[in-house]
Amino acid sequence: MGTATIQSTGSTAGGAARGDVGKEPALASTHTSDEPTRRDFLMLTTGAMGAVGAAAALWPFIDQMNPDASTRALASVEVDVGAIEPGQAITVPWRGKPVFIRNRTPEEIEAAKQVPVAELRDPVARNDNGAADAVASDENRAAPGKENFLILVGVCTHLGCIPLGQQGDFGGWFCPCHGSHYDTSGRIRKGPAPENLLVPVYTFVSDTRLRIG
Amino acid sequence: MSGHSTYEPRTGVEKWIDTRMPIVRLLHDTGVSYPTPRNLNYFWTFGGILTFMLVVQILTGVVLAMHYAADSKLAFESVEAIMRDVNWGWLLRYLHANGASMFFIAVYIHIFRGLYYGSYKAPRELLWILGVIILLLMMATAFMGYVLPWGQMSFWGATVITNFFTAIPVIGQPIQTLLIGGFAVDDATLNRFFSLHYLLPFMIFGVVILHIWALHVTGQNNPTGVDVKSTKDTVPFTPFATMKDGLALVWFLVFYLWFVFYQPNFLGHPDNYQVANPLVTPAHIVPEWYFLPFYAILRAITFDIGPINSKLGGVIAMFGSIAILVFLPWLDTSKVRSARYRPLYKIFFWVFAVVCVFLGWLGSRPAEGTYVAMAQAATAYYFAHFLIVLPLLGFLETPKPLPVSILDDVLAKNGGHGHPAGATAAPDKH
Amino acid sequence: MTHQMFRWAAAAVVGLGIGLGSFAAAAAEEEHAGAPTHFPIHKPAYVNWSFAGIFGTYDRAQLQRGYKVYKEVCASCHSMNLVKFRNLAEEGGPGFTEEQAKALAAEYTIIDGFDDSGEPVERPREPKDPFPAPFPNDNAARAANGGALPPDFSLIAKARAVERGFPWFVLDVFWPYQEQGPDYIHALLTGYQEPPEGTVVPEGQYYNPYFIAGQSLAMAPPLSDDVVEYTDGTPQTVDQYAKDVSAFLMWAAEPHLEARKKLGFHALIYLVVFGALLGLAKRKVWSNEPH
Repeated sequence: MGTATIQSTGSTAGGAARGDVGKEPALASTHTSDEPTRRDFLMLTTGAMGAVGAAAALWPFIDQMNPDASTRALASVEVDVGAIEPGQAITVPWRGKPVFIRNRTPEEIEAAKQVPVAELRDPVARNDNGAADAVASDENRAAPGKENFLILVGVCTHLGCIPLGQQGDFGGWFCPCHGSHYDTSGRIRKGPAPENLLVPVYTFVSDTRLRIG
Repeated sequence: MSGHSTYEPRTGVEKWIDTRMPIVRLLHDTGVSYPTPRNLNYFWTFGGILTFMLVVQILTGVVLAMHYAADSKLAFESVEAIMRDVNWGWLLRYLHANGASMFFIAVYIHIFRGLYYGSYKAPRELLWILGVIILLLMMATAFMGYVLPWGQMSFWGATVITNFFTAIPVIGQPIQTLLIGGFAVDDATLNRFFSLHYLLPFMIFGVVILHIWALHVTGQNNPTGVDVKSTKDTVPFTPFATMKDGLALVWFLVFYLWFVFYQPNFLGHPDNYQVANPLVTPAHIVPEWYFLPFYAILRAITFDIGPINSKLGGVIAMFGSIAILVFLPWLDTSKVRSARYRPLYKIFFWVFAVVCVFLGWLGSRPAEGTYVAMAQAATAYYFAHFLIVLPLLGFLETPKPLPVSILDDVLAKNGGHGHPAGATAAPDKH
Repeated sequence: MTHQMFRWAAAAVVGLGIGLGSFAAAAAEEEHAGAPTHFPIHKPAYVNWSFAGIFGTYDRAQLQRGYKVYKEVCASCHSMNLVKFRNLAEEGGPGFTEEQAKALAAEYTIIDGFDDSGEPVERPREPKDPFPAPFPNDNAARAANGGALPPDFSLIAKARAVERGFPWFVLDVFWPYQEQGPDYIHALLTGYQEPPEGTVVPEGQYYNPYFIAGQSLAMAPPLSDDVVEYTDGTPQTVDQYAKDVSAFLMWAAEPHLEARKKLGFHALIYLVVFGALLGLAKRKVWSNEPH
């Protein structure tokens, strides 16, 4: 909101519209010496205030696209995991995405533990319950105190397909879309996916009851 | 009037654009250098307010459509989900619902300003007719929008209005069935109304551009009704008109937002907070307030006129009350535009305005007893104003002398006060 | 001079208002002389609501009591399908904690999906679930209520308003009066009385001159003193119950009322200041142009 602009366009346009710029009569805006500063200040304040108001008015139009209250209310789900036998997995929907809950066999746990972290494609744990820079060891990914349980967001980190369980070269998951192989700790081992499968925030509210989110 | 362009591209980019598509030039000529009569009063700010309201309605509408479900089983609840769960949903919906009313308040002031100052007269007939088309499109849009929440008034309003068409002999019934896509107002109706409710505002936008185009060819009318004679009569649109329009807009917003925040349901009907029930009609079916005068005219025709039965007669009278506006430029025979210089017309103008408000009040009353007779008298006067009063007045009335020019009038009004001394000398200089 | 004119004008307006008011009152009285044809017979009285006016806010304790009245009395016939238990803990509402809302929800069950053998699964309600409906469908509701359908209460406080008439409806805009709904509900709940002599009330109907659609309705007087137990020492009277449940229903119909009024105040203050500044700027711009 340049005051200078308003003023100059005002007077040039005004003059030109009258078609006789040179002999402009006293009708055109004349300024006494102290006027421009006061006028500039007023214009600037008004312009700034208008701009702030317009920006504030814009926010509801943007924020309405964020998840609404009913969607946010679904942000956590509780599941009974007592009936999952070792070697089995269930899939539960959470925030519209599948979550894998796998009760791993001792062999699968052992296989996951054997892998040196240095050999991993993605050395970061990707566990929302731990530190952001934790290493991708099996301890850092499995449920604390219940290492047989592995809870993962079932979305391939490549382009969002759903990997198939108990498949692939490492016995973990295999994504059929573009051929990504995950191991029994849900870590990316082969294929185009860049990151390990994400571990969502969860807590065990009781021995067999799990709350995700 | 629009004359040659005064735009001078300054930077290289401006020049580059100007030689390929002179859009900046267009905006400059219409929004900056456009000469505006210097004597416009605040009634002339409603054009700008209306443009703003159209934008508000389109923006809030597009956003609401992101959350709305046009399905008779979901519509009511989806609107309530907007009110309860969507972030700022209550604000956006109240802005949109009250915005429709504000749009009509502004458009009625705009129209009555045109009537008072004779803005429809030559050479502005096309400008006026385009305005009537905008009014019709607005009415259609508002009506269909009111159906979308699928409340009791939505449903029964839709039923009553689409039944207008059954008044047409022989082909009426098939036309109504075609329009609502069934044998009663239902899912098909709701879906097509939603589609059209989304489309029509953009058509309004198109006609508004034509309206503004026509305006910029003829130039604005002004309170004296005297043509712009020299550049002394005008000021450039920016900053003079923009500042004035902006100021009026802010105070209009105060009025609008008062309703949104403190009386959001005042202009609506409580029955529309009940979900549509095709088996139960509300005790009083009342349209939104801005349709009430036309509704009163519709119900006033309770008698057959020759071969035309009362039902068809009512529909004809109602549509006729708007269609007659198209012919207004030729029905008014006076050579003088502004009511300021037409002592008799000034009286008849106010009588007409009161009759319109009275019709609106009658539209909200039940159609019984003395109300019917009053509505018939008011309807008769409404048409008489256009068909008898205005044609005769041009011959019977002796107008007051017109000012020589707009500037002349302004300076006479100011009486030498509040403007630089040099200004008085200005007309002589020319 | 102008001052005097203004005074005269004000006097004229007031006089006109009184004249029209008494005319309307006379007309209304006349209407009531014979068998009533316009309803309600009596207009609801004003209640002093905490949520009225520009700075109105809900009284949390009142909403909590109102919920109790709804739950223990109204809910046996009236659903509130649009209200979820989580709303009870949301900002601007009754102010229950999330744990309280969860516990209130868990008092009821809901059928949610099917188990592996295809049988419906019943689980406790959670905050995301709506209030339970007393009847599975409208037909069941009618059958249990002698043919009358108890309306859903989610929006009832906005779906009922007694016509105000001139000049009140104009003044209401500026007052601003927007509590027709709760005033009506309160009036109805406290308005049951013996019919006047000569008035025939049909079988299964109850006389109430505050009812909006007739002189009697199918709902028996639902409240009586001490029917709901208040633990905070609030008097356990029909009038108090009616006020509390009306306030609760207003909140249910307009859960964002507090946010609306608060934002409105800020927005209007902004606009008035901006309008004043813009007015000065406009005056400056026009100062040298006669108009």
